[in-house]
Amino acid sequence: MFYAILACALFVLGLHGLFASTHMLRKLLSLNVLTSAVFLLLVTVADLTDPVDPVPHAIVLTGLVVTVSTTAVALALLIRLSPGGSDTARGRPEGDQ
Amino acid sequence: MTVVGVIGAALVVAGVPFFLFGTLGLLRLPDTYSRLHALAKGDNVGLGLVCLGLGLQSGSVLVTLKLLMIWVLMLIASATGAGLIARTALARGVKPHGL
Amino acid sequence: MDWLAHTFDGLLGLALLWLAWQAMHAPGLFRSVVSYMVFGLVMALIWVRLEAPDIALAEAAIGAGATGALLLSALARLKDGSDAGRLHWRHPAELVFWLPFAAVTALVLGLTAWQLPAPGLGVDVARTLGQSGVDNPVTAVLLNFRSFDTLLEIGVLLVGVVAIWSLGPAPSPIVPKMPSPALPALGRALFPVFVLAATYLLWRGSHAPGGAFQAGAVMGAGGILMVLAGARPWLTGEEQGPWRWLLSLGLVAMLAVAVAMAALAGTFFAYPPALAAPLILALEISAALSIALLMFAVYLCGRPPDHWEAED
Repeated sequence: MFYAILACALFVLGLHGLFASTHMLRKLLSLNVLTSAVFLLLVTVADLTDPVDPVPHAIVLTGLVVTVSTTAVALALLIRLSPGGSDTARGRPEGDQ
Repeated sequence: MTVVGVIGAALVVAGVPFFLFGTLGLLRLPDTYSRLHALAKGDNVGLGLVCLGLGLQSGSVLVTLKLLMIWVLMLIASATGAGLIARTALARGVKPHGL
Repeated sequence: MDWLAHTFDGLLGLALLWLAWQAMHAPGLFRSVVSYMVFGLVMALIWVRLEAPDIALAEAAIGAGATGALLLSALARLKDGSDAGRLHWRHPAELVFWLPFAAVTALVLGLTAWQLPAPGLGVDVARTLGQSGVDNPVTAVLLNFRSFDTLLEIGVLLVGVVAIWSLGPAPSPIVPKMPSPALPALGRALFPVFVLAATYLLWRGSHAPGGAFQAGAVMGAGGILMVLAGARPWLTGEEQGPWRWLLSLGLVAMLAVAVAMAALAGTFFAYPPALAAPLILALEISAALSIALLMFAVYLCGRPPDHWEAED
């Protein structure tokens, strides 16, 4: 029960961060917090029963890997969007505008 | 509770103050270097005591060895990490407090 | 001792909320990223408290380890002011919107969770576990009962790498200059330990918490550490190269098994109980290899060159 409330609070916090922060990296972190909140809610629900329901656990494991790949794609985009820095340091082909 | 179990519990309890003082040092000491000093020392001894205590309580040689391996790996990692942080701070021109 | 456990839960919850706030609104992006990494570790502790050791292992390796490395290396490449994008209340009236919004969202979420079918699938999984070929219920769900999810998930990871490679060449230099000789030495000395730990996690997965995801994440992290320690990356991006096949090995193996089973038994992914254990083991090994390489490829942030030039 405690963790269900915590998950809801975390969800709202993450949603707020997603909208209220202006830097993209912070938005990305907020998105990650948001997914953590959803995972927490899923596992809390799984923990209510006896025996513990392993299906949400497997879904959360899947979700973790999906989250890391979306984060990685977003970061790769972000590096290329950011102003300043040399082209090679941001993975742009030289002379490509 | 067996004698070994009691010794194990005592070791775990003895490890806690080291974490406490390590954390206190992290929060209260004035600069990066002294914080690292407090944290690395406190946590290393604290973790060693806790791992040893838990191993004794488990009553299994295999589990004890695994826990001790965790401790050794943690020692190597924390020493390397502390050195890396300190050298990076030095390279960035962070002056030790009072110099 | 009940109150002790509750106090611990309460402390964990408070730490989690505070770290989440810090990750989103701390002054300085570096502090945000570090807060998020600690957030991942506290999350791992909470998974242990919720009797989900599989997720705890994966969260510690993926959530705190791999994501942390990704975020830090991205941060080093973002050149703009580190204090950018801090929270500021543009108008006090925003609170009038946010407070009711927060309350309603929390309430709806809580009610939805409350009304989920209570018995869940735990009983069904426990009943059919004997036919699945493994003893760990989470592995059974991942690679037998709901292998379709896992197939799609490895697909998502592969699509992620394809998307990143299509953005352009990997940024160079890939690692910052190391001010300390200790990390390179450590990286070389510890690589066998990473291989050992990954193999152990993979082997454990059939009967205890662990499995392909955790093993793959640990191996991927080991690869990242090796590169940080100054090793020349061996992953190359040339077409028709062996690495592209290895990257897609997990997906290809799962698809092959699924289609073969469809031909054999008439159902996508329906293993005959006698074949289940060896099939799951083969899939786990190929998935772990692919996940390790994909994790590493993702860290490079772009397409690696066809040949790495020797450094120094």
